Amino acid sequence: MDVSTPLKPAADDVDRALVIRNLRKEYRRGQPVLKDVSLTVEGRGMTAIIGPSGTGKSTLVRCINRLVDPTAGEIHFRGHDMVRLGGRELRLARRRMGMVFQEYNLVERLSVIENVLCGRLGYVAVWRAWLRKFPARDVDRAFHLLDAVGLGDFATQRADQLSGGQRQRVGIARALMQEPELVLADEPTSSLDPKTSVEIMELIARRTGERGIPAIVNIHNVDLARRFADRIIGMSKGEIVFDGPPQALQNEHLLQIYGGEGWLQ
Amino acid sequence: MTEPSAAARRVAFPPNWPARIALAALALYVVYACSVLDMTWARFVAGFGHGARFISRMFPPNFAHDKLELLYSGMLESLQIAIIATVVGVLLSLPLGLMAARNLSPLPLAWAARAMIALFRTFHPVIIAILFVKAVGFGALAGMLALIVASLGFLSKLVAEAVEEMSMPQVEAVRATGAPFLSLVIMGVLPQVMPRFIGFSAYQLDSNLRNSALVGLVGGGGIGATLFTAFQRFDYDFVLTIVLAIIAIVMVGEILSGWMRRLFQ
Repeated sequence: MDVSTPLKPAADDVDRALVIRNLRKEYRRGQPVLKDVSLTVEGRGMTAIIGPSGTGKSTLVRCINRLVDPTAGEIHFRGHDMVRLGGRELRLARRRMGMVFQEYNLVERLSVIENVLCGRLGYVAVWRAWLRKFPARDVDRAFHLLDAVGLGDFATQRADQLSGGQRQRVGIARALMQEPELVLADEPTSSLDPKTSVEIMELIARRTGERGIPAIVNIHNVDLARRFADRIIGMSKGEIVFDGPPQALQNEHLLQIYGGEGWLQ
Repeated sequence: MTEPSAAARRVAFPPNWPARIALAALALYVVYACSVLDMTWARFVAGFGHGARFISRMFPPNFAHDKLELLYSGMLESLQIAIIATVVGVLLSLPLGLMAARNLSPLPLAWAARAMIALFRTFHPVIIAILFVKAVGFGALAGMLALIVASLGFLSKLVAEAVEEMSMPQVEAVRATGAPFLSLVIMGVLPQVMPRFIGFSAYQLDSNLRNSALVGLVGGGGIGATLFTAFQRFDYDFVLTIVLAIIAIVMVGEILSGWMRRLFQ
């Protein structure tokens, strides 16, 4: 099977969109990390979320697939309110969202191909995972994806033997293995060198573009956000303070997002 | 701090009075306890004499044909007790340990499992063996059950600790794929704890080999029972044969378990 084939035809944008309404998250009562965030993401293209550390970007992305439980608000994805889902329904919704992490979060002691196949765990029976009897179609696809991210020769190596950039490619392959309808990336380049960062962003942009699915990417690096995103969201102190295309992002916005002055010169 | 008088008053290692007092109190108590228990030098010297006579009666070890047959059947039973107890203990300790891990299972379940483990660990295998001998009667079954309980206590606790120390980001990434709980355990948790678990299991086999001789002394079957009978009959030469055989088995067990640990590293 061709890895670039989208799961469904690219039409039906409304169905694909992610709608977040009045999202609020407090880790400690009375100290919201996210204050009343509302956001709609269209059916395709990359949305970059920029902002200083500790401003709730990561919390926002993790609320979407419920790795973090929101305090209040709604997150509509494919006709479900993620906030209200639990148990099996939550798992079925999660498998439709791929996630890429800052520290790659590969299972270190598993092989590269096993890590990629982890992306199928939401689909296959437990005994198949236990015996590593994944359907042949999944295994073929995993090899295709590894080829596509340039790691075809590393399939049987253990994940902890890879470099940072290679690990992140495996992380992306794992996310794509889910045949996701949305890709979330939480600081995917923050642990990588500048050249690898560009390659990783390119990979995310290209693979999600081919599949016609949206990507939401938290990112520190404003230049990378400008270069790859179709839309930039600036967050500061738990609120959205900028939302627009990359061309519209001016220095005054950056000052508002990050505060201070001197660093821009 | 610029004044010389202030500098002169600084002390690099201030005396720790609570620790000194505690040490002095401990020394005093040891002296007192010795006097209460009638631990005198004269008794110690007299004991040496008895010991020497006892040891001299052990030589030469008895390798008579009928004794060797007794030794062989006792040893075989002990080995069976140790191996069955280890296998059953290993199989049961994995689920119990997972249940007891607070980062994986709901708190009430975790506490219930912890209470159970604590109960298993409260008593020495010999005491548990005495209880089982009373409950199910003399013989190998009692010894086996006692060692299963002991293995379960030890292994489950270590599994729970290993699970609580594992890297949560790796687990989080597998959770984000929408994996059902058991698949999450298989692909995200077990790869992280398995090497240590195998190490613990090998150690437990080693320790069960030793303890299988011990539980026999209180009626739990195996070589311990043979040893006890030999003592009762003052067959000290046969006692030596048994002791040598136990040492040999324990050493072989140690080599085996070290080899097993290296194999699975």
